[in-house]
Amino acid sequence: MQKLVVIGAGMASGRVLEHLFETDPTAYEITLFNAEPRGNYNRIMLSPVLSGEKSYEDIVTHDEAWYTDNQVTCRFGEKVVAIDRARKVVVGEKGEVPYDKLIVATGSVPFIVPVEGRDLPGVIAYRDLDDTNIMIERSAKPGAKAVVIGGGLLGLEAAAGLRLRGMDVTVVHLAGHLMERQLDEAAGYLLKKDLERRGIAVLTKASTQKILGTSHVEGVELADGTVIEAELVVMAVGIRPSVQLAKEAGLEVGRAITVDATMRTSDSDIYAVGECVEFEGTLFGLVAPLYEQAKVVAKSLLDEEERFSVKELSTKLKVTGCDLFSAGDFAESEGREEIVLRDPAKGVYRRLVLEGDRLVGAVMYGDTSDSNWFFDLMKNRTPVSEMRETLIFGQAYQGGSPLDPMAAVAALPDDAEICGCNGVCKGKITGTITEKGLTSLDDVRAHTKASSSCGTCTGLVEQLMALTLGDSFNPNAVKPMCGCTDLGHGDVRRLIKAKELKSIPEVMQELEWKTSCGCAKCRPALNYYLVADWPGEYVDDKQSRFINERVHANIQKDGTYSVVPRMWGGMTSAKELRAIADVVEKFDIPSVKCTGGARIDMLGVKKEDLPAVWADLNAAGMVSGAAYGKALRTVKSCVGSDWCRFGTQDSTGLGIRIEKFMWGSWTPGKVKMAVSGCPRNCAEATCKDVGVICTEAGYEIHFAGAAGLDIKGTEVLTQVATEDEAFEVIVALVQLYREQGHYLERMYKWLKRVGMDSIKAAIVDDLDKRRHYFDRFAYSQTFYRKDPWAERASGAVAAHEFRPMADLSSFKEAAE
Amino acid sequence: MTSAKSWHRIGQLTDIPKLGARCVLTPFGRLAVFRTADDEVYAIEDRCPHKGGPLSQGIVHDTSVTCPLHNMVISLKSGKVLGPDEGAVRAFSVRIDPETSAIELSLTEASAEAPYPVAAE
Repeated sequence: MQKLVVIGAGMASGRVLEHLFETDPTAYEITLFNAEPRGNYNRIMLSPVLSGEKSYEDIVTHDEAWYTDNQVTCRFGEKVVAIDRARKVVVGEKGEVPYDKLIVATGSVPFIVPVEGRDLPGVIAYRDLDDTNIMIERSAKPGAKAVVIGGGLLGLEAAAGLRLRGMDVTVVHLAGHLMERQLDEAAGYLLKKDLERRGIAVLTKASTQKILGTSHVEGVELADGTVIEAELVVMAVGIRPSVQLAKEAGLEVGRAITVDATMRTSDSDIYAVGECVEFEGTLFGLVAPLYEQAKVVAKSLLDEEERFSVKELSTKLKVTGCDLFSAGDFAESEGREEIVLRDPAKGVYRRLVLEGDRLVGAVMYGDTSDSNWFFDLMKNRTPVSEMRETLIFGQAYQGGSPLDPMAAVAALPDDAEICGCNGVCKGKITGTITEKGLTSLDDVRAHTKASSSCGTCTGLVEQLMALTLGDSFNPNAVKPMCGCTDLGHGDVRRLIKAKELKSIPEVMQELEWKTSCGCAKCRPALNYYLVADWPGEYVDDKQSRFINERVHANIQKDGTYSVVPRMWGGMTSAKELRAIADVVEKFDIPSVKCTGGARIDMLGVKKEDLPAVWADLNAAGMVSGAAYGKALRTVKSCVGSDWCRFGTQDSTGLGIRIEKFMWGSWTPGKVKMAVSGCPRNCAEATCKDVGVICTEAGYEIHFAGAAGLDIKGTEVLTQVATEDEAFEVIVALVQLYREQGHYLERMYKWLKRVGMDSIKAAIVDDLDKRRHYFDRFAYSQTFYRKDPWAERASGAVAAHEFRPMADLSSFKEAAE
Repeated sequence: MTSAKSWHRIGQLTDIPKLGARCVLTPFGRLAVFRTADDEVYAIEDRCPHKGGPLSQGIVHDTSVTCPLHNMVISLKSGKVLGPDEGAVRAFSVRIDPETSAIELSLTEASAEAPYPVAAE
């Protein structure tokens, strides 16, 4: 096998590896160096991480498991010192690695303005996760101030993120208007106004003179003498290709490493890809051409013919609420004319630049709905003279009656580009949906890469899915929780954590609920999310619980309740049975039966009798069985090695241990468990939310079964040798589900949504992670492992629930 | 209204949790008295017109309650079932004494002309 060494684990080289593994996973033995102590993540999504809309985990492109599965030798956190071309070895800090082929993907370094004070602590660039973390850390201080130097794409995303985190932000920009490379003056002005409305101060034509401070940054002084206070200064004025290593190795370097159309450098065994590359005099910073290059490198490495060429590029800003788009060349010049549309009230601005009968440039602000169509006209060099009169209004106005957005998408040709980042066209998306039978956005992302980078084309991709799948398309990802909000469960959960929202009114305020106090759908969901996410801090809102969870009994059709006491692992005793019998007689309870979970159910208890019934059951040592809750229900068990001649392990003991540890915990949907002592499976563990099958060798842990509306056998999560391990895995698994599950989503649906790999990665493969989930569950239990019956039986909690407010039955008045 | 209503004190505003309800027994059966987020109170029959579910046990939102049995949504103001379904329960007049915050209930049906809660100015 040939040896391939890659220097730099960024987005471009990551994509090269993906292509290689897709086409021929056995072609190369790969060693990957990265100076950052981590693998490939989606750098362009750092802005949402900064603003709190995503977490680092969300933007990891390749996790540890991916590198392991593909047998990549990772040398992360190790710098490459030299490339010795004569001996064909790469010299790392910790040793040499020989190569047959080498990829240089050293990327770029941020350009630091050479002014006094630039080395002070608190002055950073905005380039990688470490920078982002510093920014998040600094923004935690209330009232902290930041200056962002540079009003380009990156600078503005940094400014918006810091502002969202509550910092006082000033953008200092050298040119006359913001994003001058992508926007004309008018659009730059609208953008500035929008940012100012968000509380971001913008100074244009402002040149930084020096950075003030002695031991730490204190402010920025401009050339005109203005001083702006700041505890954090972010430099985002541009990037410089990292070419030092290539230069020292004697490769041909201009402004960056020179490559030919097959992405080879001046040494034919060495390729370069990404921001460190110069091709036909052009440098590259946006992701689309980098991915294009990656494809070419992968093909070249497999001796396939593919050539890179420079294409038209477009830009969008990832700042929520600032919709702008620009593409092509929009400078004024001889032989060019322009069409402009302004709607100041709506903050809409559109400008098209024509040369002859071709569209060569477009700038749009405020309404970018037609951007893809304009961009296609530009790339395909479509003659536009015939539609010139109505061109500026967009595709809907070209002949005939206006089209609805779906029709506009339907009308796009198959080669129309939908995802600019990954160069995915319409035909590829619709074709893959049909061919692979894809039904969810995540599937489409996984199979086509469309919408998986910056995400701005997500709406278009969804429209294509709707178009291809018709009514069967159910965009789960965007399905709102209820009529009170446009956000889905996933977004709400994420934002509760990211924005640290700790009460229902806070969630409704911050996430812009459309109703004053929610509805019967969203309130129980929000209450659960807050209970699960902030144990010990959040105060359970009883009025947002469904009646069963509020009064800890199951309401029946006639308004009476049923009561199920816990029997650990299904074990009971004469004392418990006697107490149950007494309660049934004393309170004249009409029905007693065994439940599906092998517990005893007393049905037809009057609400006002509940506290007294509980008091008697408590006195015999019994607590609530939670048969009414989205919570840990029962752990069924067989008699196992205690009695059974086939039993291999103490299944009853494990069942009791699990139930005693986990009772009282709340979960997204109900959790039913079972432990069987041998593969004969008498406890029916293989249709439970979590099940254990004991064997001579240990414990097989199953989960995600169902035997209700849907019938589904469990999946095997893992096999472990000891009871302690089994116990830890089960607890950690339930905690993961508690943190990720959507309210009312049973475990099997959760698995279907997030995928087995991600669950295994957290619970099976990584012992540290498993332990963290276990610990979080254990911590939460210190608050929730309490008997709700005892609290109420004593009259200390919710006494008002169980008796009428007044009795007016003796008053005789006519209702007429 | 022609004849004066007689009002019965049934308890204090604070006896009912916000977004909650309590029951009152009357000659016409059980009524549910609700308290909204804005401290308005309403009284309706505690019997869902659909299958007789106890409305006092439902989740209260805005000026509606969702029945715990089958999720019918009922207006606390009119007693009418909201949304595509039909049906209604009787609504009764109820007011808060501004001095003492006592809740007072009249056992005559609420009329459309007399908006309530009746707060004495």
